[in-house]
Amino acid sequence: MRPELELISEWIRPGARVLDLGCGDGALLAYLREHRQVSGYGLEIDSANMLQCIQAGVNVIHADLEAGLADFGDSSFDYVIMTQTLQAVRQTEALLDEMLRVGRQGVVTFPNFGFWRCRAQIALQGLMPVVKTLPYQWYDTPNIHLFTLRDFEQLCRRKRIDILQRTVLDHAHRPRLGPRLWPNLLGEIALYRLGRA
Amino acid sequence: MPPTFPPDSIGLVTPQTAHFDEPLALDCGRSLADYEMVYETYGTPNADRSNAVLICHALSGDHHVAGYHDEDDPGKPGWWDNCIGPGKPIDTRDFFVVCCNNLGGCKGSTGPTAINPDNRKPYGPDFPIVTVKDWVRSQARLADQLGIAQWAAVIGGSLGGMQAMQWAITFPERIRHSLVIAAAPRLSAQNIAFNEVARQAILSDPDFHHGHYYEFGVVPRRGLMLARMLGHITYLSDEGMRAKFGRELREGKMNFNFNFDTEFQVESYLRHQGHAFVDRFDANTYLLITKTLDYFDPAADFDEDLSAAFHRTQAHFLVIAFTSDWRFAPARSREIVRALVRAGREVSYAEIPSEYGHDAFLMPIPLYHEVLRGYLTRVAREVSADAA
Repeated sequence: MRPELELISEWIRPGARVLDLGCGDGALLAYLREHRQVSGYGLEIDSANMLQCIQAGVNVIHADLEAGLADFGDSSFDYVIMTQTLQAVRQTEALLDEMLRVGRQGVVTFPNFGFWRCRAQIALQGLMPVVKTLPYQWYDTPNIHLFTLRDFEQLCRRKRIDILQRTVLDHAHRPRLGPRLWPNLLGEIALYRLGRA
Repeated sequence: MPPTFPPDSIGLVTPQTAHFDEPLALDCGRSLADYEMVYETYGTPNADRSNAVLICHALSGDHHVAGYHDEDDPGKPGWWDNCIGPGKPIDTRDFFVVCCNNLGGCKGSTGPTAINPDNRKPYGPDFPIVTVKDWVRSQARLADQLGIAQWAAVIGGSLGGMQAMQWAITFPERIRHSLVIAAAPRLSAQNIAFNEVARQAILSDPDFHHGHYYEFGVVPRRGLMLARMLGHITYLSDEGMRAKFGRELREGKMNFNFNFDTEFQVESYLRHQGHAFVDRFDANTYLLITKTLDYFDPAADFDEDLSAAFHRTQAHFLVIAFTSDWRFAPARSREIVRALVRAGREVSYAEIPSEYGHDAFLMPIPLYHEVLRGYLTRVAREVSADAA
């Protein structure tokens, strides 16, 4: 997780105002507060995670992001961040819209379903893939929308969302040469910085 | 033999009284020439008293928040004893905890039962209406007397939460953290409607005598009891009542009597609550504080814009709501959170699953207490880092 935090942090302007959707235990916000002096809030539905944020002194709003971001005004944050969350929400498209309404920019990370091991497990074994970045069985996974880098970029094009920056990593969150050359085949985790004119 | 209080109890506590000679100008335009406030403190103040925490009580609460009054007859501890004490979420090993009976109350602070210096009779209905802002100003004077320049935290549930919110607005530099629990930014029409029925119950009691019942040696028992019974319904949730009472019959069967004796357990519970309340509470105070609730509206001073009310605040906020609370539902707490976010303030919000309704804020619900503990542990660390 740490290298991912560092990579995201490099994209964040110091002193920015940040909203982290599905902030988990607040690790990213704590990291950004320390290294980028950001202010802001995390949204988290899980009570145990919410408690960890409180214990860590991270501002957390205990709420369901599927209910939308109506409580937040247009462009009221510099960045709205969603790490490893987009694949687990029902309202994928609506949330992307909300993200870029509330934030001037969006940062999204997700596991790439186009990774060659995923493809191989389906093609050769005929089974739903279980890989390091998608470690769940099909019947108990929180990930209800599985997609590839190309899927995501197609959606962005269709929705006129600008991709400002992209980094593709291996499962240990390292930016290796392979993922850089063949991102949709060798990349396991994708990081995007998004905007909308 | 010395009494055996539980090890995490603050133990025996003694109320104190503060006298104030300087007149206090009230929102209603009148003023109190001199007045008294009864309060309790627990724990030990640090050198600069920066570890002081103020607990604000709700409608029927008072200054006796934790510990016991009588060592021979421990009886019931203070109203939030499960949360305050050594090792409890509001840890008296870290904090110097203060709680006062608010003005207009009936537990020792100047209120309707006090003697009006103008005519040497109890104030009764002539006691001025006090607002949450008046309370906060009076609490600030108590803080002055106690040498407390800034509260590490002001904490309250329900009407107490409204005081915690008002503190941050009225005295931005005198409060570091505001813990607003099961509160609302102002009452809804439904809230006011319930208050009005409660008031009518008291006002229409023949023993009320326009509020001068002290002179007749009576109290409007039936009215106050009804008001409390009604209040209690709004403090519980439908599911909580079902779990606690169901449709259980006291005698195990329906008697089909037309005499309206209590048949269902819930009836007997409400009557018991009503009776017990009459013996410990004053009807004029009840009337007055329901008006205090109705009038609370910090946004009113800022063109109905609650986030504008928060613009000057410096405190960090923790807002807590309970899922089954329909008196001050989570949606009301989220209004507060939304306004704070829009004002760019530091805020966290926890929505605690509970079936206890509004009463949940007094219950030792594990997640709720862990949230308080987690938050206040950091406050304590912050205070001691500053003091060092």
